[in-house]
Amino acid sequence: MLERYLVLAALLFAIGLYGTLSRRNIVAILISIELMFNGVNVALVAFSRYVTPAALRVARVNEATADAVVTGQAFATFIIVVAAAEVALGLALIIALFRNRDTTDVTEVSLLRR
Amino acid sequence: MENAFQEAIFWVLAVVTVGGALMVVLQRDMFRAALSLIVSFLGVAGLFAQLNAEFLAVAQLLIYGGAVSVLVIFAVMLTRDVPRSNRSTPMQPLALALAALLFAGLTWAVVQAEWRVMAGSLPPSVEQAFVDTPARLGNVLLSEFVLAFEIAGVLLLAAVIGALSLVRGR
Repeated sequence: MLERYLVLAALLFAIGLYGTLSRRNIVAILISIELMFNGVNVALVAFSRYVTPAALRVARVNEATADAVVTGQAFATFIIVVAAAEVALGLALIIALFRNRDTTDVTEVSLLRR
Repeated sequence: MENAFQEAIFWVLAVVTVGGALMVVLQRDMFRAALSLIVSFLGVAGLFAQLNAEFLAVAQLLIYGGAVSVLVIFAVMLTRDVPRSNRSTPMQPLALALAALLFAGLTWAVVQAEWRVMAGSLPPSVEQAFVDTPARLGNVLLSEFVLAFEIAGVLLLAAVIGALSLVRGR
């Protein structure tokens, strides 16, 4: 059960990595990074569903330790927050780039190479 | 019976998620790629719901399915020649090889690792802990992770100020 969620997460991450490295359009790069974030989130939530309860049973679950089953979900929440901040800033950068260079094609942005 | 149903739901969600993600990188039209991204986000929200992460499923719908996709579609409007805009760089074969290598490596690691998961059904005390995960998540965020919670708030504030100052007209 756990393995197939992890393989799915790895697949999402690999697709996102491929998109990030191979796309020309900066918007496509941004959304590929979002795919990678989603892959990581799926893996974290799957761990919190399957691995944490096993660790808890060793330590005997009671009302105080049961909160630990959502540790992975808390991590995923923070990732969603960071990803939201990243999208807002990324969009601002895209708009700034478009204003200055009139393009969203990253291969045309080679100012430092000249 | 219930297990077979859950199984079927998982595979539907997996196909929707991965299919949407593949369309994002294979679609020529940037606008359609953005729409495929929303499909993939919805699939991930369903996976969260299946993993007893109700709060995250709803947050995924609201933040990714709602806010992020609107921002992305807004950014697509800046692109010239949208129907052919999602082209690849000369780096594409290298990127494909790297991504395939990463996927193969991760899959190998997942399969050969000995995960400490429980066999069979969960004991009642653990099953009970998964009944109200949103309440537990709220508890954990405001006790154990309260420092990270506050830092996340500061990060969002900084992101808003940064985004505003970046796009402000001169």
